[in-house]
Amino acid sequence: MNRFNFFIPAIGFFVLALILWRGLYLDPKELPSMLIDKPMPTFALTTVDGNEISNADLPNSMFLLNVWGSYCLPCLIEHPTLMRLAEEGEILVVGINYRDKKQLALDWLGDNGNPFAFSILDESGRFGIDLGVYGAPETYLVDADGVIRYRHVSVLDENVWRQDFLPAINKLQAESNTQQ
Amino acid sequence: MRIFHKFSWEFKVCRPIAALLLILSVSVMATLNAQVDTFEFENEEQQKRFRTLSNELRCPMCQNTNLSGSTGGVAEDLRREVHRMIVDGFSDTEIEKFMFDRYGDFIFYRPRLRAETILLWFGPIMFLLIGGYLALGIWRRASLSSVDSTSLDSEQAAQLQKLLRSKH
Repeated sequence: MNRFNFFIPAIGFFVLALILWRGLYLDPKELPSMLIDKPMPTFALTTVDGNEISNADLPNSMFLLNVWGSYCLPCLIEHPTLMRLAEEGEILVVGINYRDKKQLALDWLGDNGNPFAFSILDESGRFGIDLGVYGAPETYLVDADGVIRYRHVSVLDENVWRQDFLPAINKLQAESNTQQ
Repeated sequence: MRIFHKFSWEFKVCRPIAALLLILSVSVMATLNAQVDTFEFENEEQQKRFRTLSNELRCPMCQNTNLSGSTGGVAEDLRREVHRMIVDGFSDTEIEKFMFDRYGDFIFYRPRLRAETILLWFGPIMFLLIGGYLALGIWRRASLSSVDSTSLDSEQAAQLQKLLRSKH
């Protein structure tokens, strides 16, 4: 017993060191989303192209919901990845044009290419609040039932796609397979 | 020499005044830092509630600024939302729940007491108690052992006498 007591401070030190070590690699800017496993908030807006859109018009398959804006520089960095995903048909990408102007959004899509099936126009940022968005770019993974399953804050590049999104998608597919 | 004297006298008087002015201007700047919105309220009480809420709620984008002090886009939207909800007759609790449902604990500068935040609230006092307990134990043992090392109880004294005698 006495021998064990001798090691308690050392064990305490290592536990604390481990916790703090992990803390070094956490990004304080990446806030956990409150909407994980919750259905998409209801909305009735228009797309950037001027069509009316609501929850009923969302895809019936799993899709990415990407928050973007023409003012957003990191959005340009992740743009090639979104283009590839859309072109290769890996996953459907829906955009939310967040706190932007319609014409600027259309110009941006014209200049850079349009990876989105459609872009929901959220000029006021009000829909963004319901989603818990705090700045573009953010990307949500929404399942076939319209339930939000994953969120990534900031740039979605090929690394993030491979390391974060693919495992999340595989997990969801495994879940839906066992349910059937 | 005389000039120096005069100078130092001025220096002594002027420096505190300058410091005072500096402090004043900084504090004025700090209060001016709040974003100026042209929100209209029905009464003073609503305006007061708005001020309290936008000081208590944290801007999710800018990390260390409250809603009232932030120029961030989302902060602007959230201020507008707080204003709308106050005018529409929502209570403070409802507004706080609205924010929590969307942005989580982070939105509050003082996170609400919940199962997930217990460690945050009581962790420091817990560590203080553990540390105090350990310190007390060490101190007590140290004071006990210092007594033990110099004095012998009757049995030990008898043994010592026996040992000393057996040498002769």
